Amino acid sequence: MFCDVCKSKEATVFLTQIVEGKMQKVNLCEGCSKEKGVNDPTGFALADLLLGLGAAQEIEKNPVGIRCPVCGFSQADFKKTGRLGCSACYDAFAEGLSGMLKNMHRGSVHTGKVPAKLASARRRSQELAVLQAGLVKAVKEELFEEAATLRDKIRVLELESEQESSTAAGEPVPMNRITSLPQSLPAAEEAVSAPKPRKKP
Amino acid sequence: MKLSGIIANTGEWLSGSGPHDQIVVSSRVRLARNLKGKPFPGWAKKAERIAVLEEVRGAVEQLPEMKESFSEKLEDLSPLEKQVLVERHLISREHAAKGAGSAVVMNTAQTLSFMINEEDHLRMQAIRAGLQLDEVFAMINQTDTELEDSLDFAFHNDLGYLTACPTNVGTGMRASAMLHLPGLVMSEQVNKIINSVNKIGLAVRGLHGEGTEAMGNLFQVSNQTTLGEAEEEIIGRLNKVIHQILEHEQNARQILLQQRAETLLDQIGRAYGILCHAHSITSKEALNLLSFIKMGVDLGLFPSQSRLQVDELFIETQPAHLQKGLQAVKLGSEERDSLRAALIRAKLKQMQEPEIGKIPITPPTSNTTTSEES
Repeated sequence: MFCDVCKSKEATVFLTQIVEGKMQKVNLCEGCSKEKGVNDPTGFALADLLLGLGAAQEIEKNPVGIRCPVCGFSQADFKKTGRLGCSACYDAFAEGLSGMLKNMHRGSVHTGKVPAKLASARRRSQELAVLQAGLVKAVKEELFEEAATLRDKIRVLELESEQESSTAAGEPVPMNRITSLPQSLPAAEEAVSAPKPRKKP
Repeated sequence: MKLSGIIANTGEWLSGSGPHDQIVVSSRVRLARNLKGKPFPGWAKKAERIAVLEEVRGAVEQLPEMKESFSEKLEDLSPLEKQVLVERHLISREHAAKGAGSAVVMNTAQTLSFMINEEDHLRMQAIRAGLQLDEVFAMINQTDTELEDSLDFAFHNDLGYLTACPTNVGTGMRASAMLHLPGLVMSEQVNKIINSVNKIGLAVRGLHGEGTEAMGNLFQVSNQTTLGEAEEEIIGRLNKVIHQILEHEQNARQILLQQRAETLLDQIGRAYGILCHAHSITSKEALNLLSFIKMGVDLGLFPSQSRLQVDELFIETQPAHLQKGLQAVKLGSEERDSLRAALIRAKLKQMQEPEIGKIPITPPTSNTTTSEES
């Protein structure tokens, strides 16, 4: 078997990682494994390797450098440093990052601690996503009575969050809106699979 | 509180005790946090970094657990002082390289330390002796909760805590334990263990997380992934693996005692001999030989009261610690090597001489000849 990177030497290092139930295998030769830091205990070997490969592919997909509208950090900067410029970069580069994060981590949704201040808002937005998905389904199946109940529940939740954000100190977190508050019904459809109910920390 | 006052005492994680502390040297949990709406330190302008530093430092110093603490800007520490903190695992190498706009805050017990403007705005860690991952997590988690009141952390509904590097996003948590595994190294099983640990998404690294070679048979096991699992799940998984490694190490030592007792005694005896009489020794050689002495203490070949002295030597022989008492110019590596040898000789002289012939086991009769194979 040949090395997946140089495709010329015999592979002697075999890496297997299971991410969300999917097995990923990488076969490397001695030289490439060292180069990729697989034997290098300083880095998070496999993650870095996959990050490297994933990043390269993502960059190809978006050749014209996207820039973060908030801090001006570019995709090229990210490729160079492996670090992001600011919190908003996670949304600016969301498309490229999502595949990378999936490869790097055990899941793609945070299930751990939530700052107390944000816990209720986050729970509400997750409930909203579930309700909106239900609404789409109810409309599709022409269960209008159920749809009406769901719509009312959604209105109550939206009202609550509006009240909270207007009374809360500081500006609302911008990415909340983009990622987890589907504004229209088609968007809600996509939300069905994304946020699952998660445990409290 | 002055740094010299803190450095004079060994940290709680070194002098203290904890479960399985013969094999698990220390347990550590680090959380990475960033302030909402502020560029990460690597991309921020100097003025922005300084503003973040002031805000975070103020909040950290206000914490009830940080009443007795040391707080200093990195630019106000000498290279030697920074290196001492690195050798004690209180700041990272990367942090030590930072200048204006970064700071370190730690408590006097050296169980809590805060790096401000390292790769993230705030990296806080708790460290203690032995296998106490749950306890150190509880400590740092409480600190984090307290800080939430005064600081607004960058948090994403799906991705959790946002960090400069996507490898830390989610919990922002790195939990690790430092393990002393001479038995697995001697019986050549350690690579097998490292490989299998790597495969399940945990990382094994050397003493300071750098260099493939683990000095002094010390290995650091930590989680690699931070997104998709709650903090407690990650720590639970790590705990389980560490317990297994512990068991393997104990078995390896038992087998060595039963089957290769002579080799084992020879290695420990030679290590003791060299350390007692060397006049020039590198830190790598010192660590590797001290590892045998440490195992000798575990096996009861050395008086148990010498344990702390041996453990302290692991730190005291590191380059910056060697020079910390000296105000003079920085020593060259040759001078350090002879200073190190002198320090070790002096320390070992204070210790009761071991009886390396008296091994506290009865080797099975069938195996008495196997010792000749080497």
